[in-house]
Amino acid sequence: MDPQATEGAVVSWPAVFVAIFGAVAAISAVAVVLSRNVVHAALSLVVVLGAAGAIFLVLGAEFVGWTQILIYVGAIVVLLLFGLMLTAAPIGKHALDNQQRGVAFITSAAVFGVFTFIIWRSFGSQRIHLNQVVRTSDIGRSLFSGYILPFEVVSVLLLAALVGAIVLAKKD
Amino acid sequence: MIFYHFFSNPWAVFALKLAAVFIFFLTAPLFLGYVEHKGLAHMQSRLGPMEAGKFHGWAQLIADGVKFIQKEDIVPDAADRRIFMLAPMIVIIPVSLVFLVIPFGPAAVSCHAPAGAGACGFWGENFDVGIFFVLAISAISVIGMLMAGWASANKFSLIGAIRGAAQLIAYELPLVLAASAVAMQAGTLSLVGIGDAQKAYWFVFPQIARFIIFVIASLAELSRPPFDMPIADSEIIFGHMTEYTGIRFGLFLLSEYAGIVSLSAIAVVLYLGAWHGFFVPWIPGPIWTLAKIGALSFLVIWLRATYPRLREDQLQKMAWKYLIPIALVNILLTMIFKVVF
Repeated sequence: MDPQATEGAVVSWPAVFVAIFGAVAAISAVAVVLSRNVVHAALSLVVVLGAAGAIFLVLGAEFVGWTQILIYVGAIVVLLLFGLMLTAAPIGKHALDNQQRGVAFITSAAVFGVFTFIIWRSFGSQRIHLNQVVRTSDIGRSLFSGYILPFEVVSVLLLAALVGAIVLAKKD
Repeated sequence: MIFYHFFSNPWAVFALKLAAVFIFFLTAPLFLGYVEHKGLAHMQSRLGPMEAGKFHGWAQLIADGVKFIQKEDIVPDAADRRIFMLAPMIVIIPVSLVFLVIPFGPAAVSCHAPAGAGACGFWGENFDVGIFFVLAISAISVIGMLMAGWASANKFSLIGAIRGAAQLIAYELPLVLAASAVAMQAGTLSLVGIGDAQKAYWFVFPQIARFIIFVIASLAELSRPPFDMPIADSEIIFGHMTEYTGIRFGLFLLSEYAGIVSLSAIAVVLYLGAWHGFFVPWIPGPIWTLAKIGALSFLVIWLRATYPRLREDQLQKMAWKYLIPIALVNILLTMIFKVVF
């Protein structure tokens, strides 16, 4: 997302906000990993995902930005917190930590590497125009015309996950 | 001329709108709280507050507010201090943001805003994704609830928060499904656009089932009786709010009453014809909107006085086994009607 910021003498406001939210997301992401309390880590994750949503909003992708908030902040992290509080996290100030630092480091470094490589390979040379707003109706049209097959495949995948969850829950 | 210059400056208009929305956000819940005090009391053959402000206790809520501000702000010893103090704000900020997009009237005919005609009217902001924004932003409150319950270091708080989260997740789905069917019927996500689409008839008439689902799900989202399992006072004291005192507890209460107003307003815009009136067309749109919001809020209070609390398993069963399937069938029917007619 940097090309716009470095190009030309005038730095545009959207670029400034993208930089701010990006910094917030990066700092919170580090806090997620370094936090000794698993609930604090989950709450930092809320900030990371919220900042990512804010970046989408600044870039003019209103629908994607609010989807990010609704799905990730409103549903996924809530389920994560719900699971933590129901099972692992005792109330109070006990350290909720895990001793598998080495494995965790290798995993996160690998994920970081793979994602950076993929994003760099596919979007590295692209210029992002910050002042174009994507209308929701356009997203709907392209979703139900050009991308109808991937869309349906994803729905079938979700259905499979749903059936799996029910099978797991039925076991008792 | 000065007025003209003032209103042609978008920042000035923005500041003015923000101030108006904020004042409405602070006063409407106070008024509703008083109506609940008195209405509930009369429904139970009591008088309710009679002393504060002399005339039928009209200043009771103001006195309550002053009391909340004066009281000591206690944080329990074992609590996770930062999260405990942050939680009420995480709950109230999304509720206040919903007020930003409630449209009270139609778009003005003449408009000097840079975006052109149709950009100004009785609302804070007209987002392209209006209703989606409302649903996304109100989902954040759950996190505040979980934070409050966990950080209190009290088992009753934690049980309340977990019940609350389970309830909010379960009822989020019928709420979203009911709202998306309206968006399909109107052909737009913008709240102003949905209001405009009801010029011929209110959306409540073709699909009364959807309206009922929306109201039930809203009640559950607000944890209002009969869906007040998360704060069931006879079992778990006051749920996630047990350890809170003073202004932070006040913020939780304010968010509950502001939530009643905002969800009533959204239901009015989605189903009850927004600013479109009947019989007496000379009454201006914003008055109609306010009157309908008031009527729906009163219904919420009335339901509290009427129905007993649902048990936890009944509550989950109602969402997953009844509301969600009905809402899905409803979407299917809406789709068929949209394509056929």
